[in-house]
Amino acid sequence: MTAKPAPSIRVDLQLIAQMIEANSRVLDVGCGDGMLLAYLWHVKNVDGRGIELSSEGVNACVSAGLSVIQGDADTDLADYPDAAFDYVVLSQTLQAMRAPRQVLIELLRIGKHAIVSMPNFAHWRLRLALLFTGRMPRNRVLAEAWHDTPSIHLCTIRDFVALCESIGITVERSLFLNDQGSPSHFGRSLALANLLGEQAVFMLSSRKKAPNA
Amino acid sequence: MRAHERLHSNLPVDRRNLPGHRVFFGRDTPLQLDCGAVLADFPVAYQTYGTLNKNRTNAILVCHALTGDQFVAERHPVTGKDGWWSLMVGPGKTIDTNRFFVICVNVLGGCMGSIGPAEVNPATGELWGLRFPIITIADMVRAQTMVLDHLGIEQLFAVIGGSMGGMQVLEWAALFPERVFAAVPIATASHHTAQNIAFHEVGRQAIMADPDWCDGEYWRVGKRPHRGLAVARMAAHITYLSESKLTKKFGRRLQTGKALSYGFNVDFQVESYLRHQGITFVERFDANSYLYITRAMDYFDMPARYGGQLANAFRDTKVRFCLISFTSDWLYPTPESRRIVHALNAVAANVSFAEIVSNAGHDAFLLDEPDFRRVLGGFLAGAAQHRGLAAANSR
Repeated sequence: MTAKPAPSIRVDLQLIAQMIEANSRVLDVGCGDGMLLAYLWHVKNVDGRGIELSSEGVNACVSAGLSVIQGDADTDLADYPDAAFDYVVLSQTLQAMRAPRQVLIELLRIGKHAIVSMPNFAHWRLRLALLFTGRMPRNRVLAEAWHDTPSIHLCTIRDFVALCESIGITVERSLFLNDQGSPSHFGRSLALANLLGEQAVFMLSSRKKAPNA
Repeated sequence: MRAHERLHSNLPVDRRNLPGHRVFFGRDTPLQLDCGAVLADFPVAYQTYGTLNKNRTNAILVCHALTGDQFVAERHPVTGKDGWWSLMVGPGKTIDTNRFFVICVNVLGGCMGSIGPAEVNPATGELWGLRFPIITIADMVRAQTMVLDHLGIEQLFAVIGGSMGGMQVLEWAALFPERVFAAVPIATASHHTAQNIAFHEVGRQAIMADPDWCDGEYWRVGKRPHRGLAVARMAAHITYLSESKLTKKFGRRLQTGKALSYGFNVDFQVESYLRHQGITFVERFDANSYLYITRAMDYFDMPARYGGQLANAFRDTKVRFCLISFTSDWLYPTPESRRIVHALNAVAANVSFAEIVSNAGHDAFLLDEPDFRRVLGGFLAGAAQHRGLAAANSR
């Protein structure tokens, strides 16, 4: 297993992978073609599982030897028992959920930690684009037109942090990517991150102690 | 000529002289059946492909469906056609016999050499007929464990099966989890629905309505209920296909000429096809076997055995599961597989699940479906890596 070269993965997935300890149990919700799961398996010996909506994604994952089910995060998370995983990952998917608030609560019921990555709708380029063009802004991360996009619940970094606060979720760590795709802390200023961060990665935990923790 | 010899001589191939292996079990420890009866001194027929490795860790048990048998990947000794999963099993194929030792056991109640109504009851010297006890899917699996013991295999690398084979896979994982590393139930369900039972009942009634069935004692009088069994097969065969597949394959195309006959001969190609399916089936299958095996499937209800909670069947399981369903399968449709996936998720089991897009209906698992092969092959490769099995060329 260790003989395999580490697959190269997207920067935001690297940030997520950094947050995950070796040999842990991970559920990747909306795992796509399994890039993160494969990386975690080969590099960190993680016991990984995935849920993916698209059958192309699922076929690719299972064909690559990953444990992935075809399912819908909006409905299928309810099946899993409490604290079944060390980490539940939701990468670039929250904005496509029908009920993001409920999904967040479910993530932290199933996992001791949740790791959520999301595009920031308050990035300055998007703000300016809306101001000057008067059209729904698009960028690398939010590439589709408004009528085509699966992103039905876009939010900003500050929106997300506010939601976490209101439902008793602690943000343990946050990392941001600027529009060059490089990680930055923006001097640990949330307001600055909300302006300059194109994407954000949060590690979350429940404020209440999990029963087994 | 004694009655059972008449039956055997009625068939193209004497079942007692089929290729493969046939072992007698139950002489020391009889097999306790779910119905309460015990089987002592009974034959089980099986076939193997590939080579068992030194550590005996590369065995894959393939479980056959209702009308399948142990001849998975060779010329069938009765029909002369390719084995039912020749596309999938063989050297270099998805279930690679250069790498894995593949076993397939003729199920209890079957008619290809394993104990069933068409075999001789040693206590009476006659064929069992309807005196054969009712068997269940779990009984079939218990008999398969005897084959494994006989071969000295403690743990199977994988158990794989579609349809009724998938039911056996589920029973393996539930009853003998320590003997299974990976389980692949394909196009199957955790219980038989009212609709499933209803279709089977049509088949059974067709057989029993045939005067040549003779209350199940047809072998005494040298008859076989060909017509009833053929109708049962025709009705069942429709459930294995899909409306779109039938439309694509036959539509309303006529068998001969361009005009309707205004009679009841074969007008449509689909009629001819179904009749052919029925006729070829009766050449290789025993009518009473068909009654027993369909009954075993109808009795299959795993959730009921576990207090209505299928998840309880798999609590703390270490088995790696891969469930596969097909979009156009309306016999065991995707929601049935999903129900099993949900139960496995509820116990945080290691499970993969893929729904393959296909218009071939239930039979898709027997056909050339590239996505299906890729998913199954990938799952097996990943599981083999986790199991620490060497690749084919370095064994």
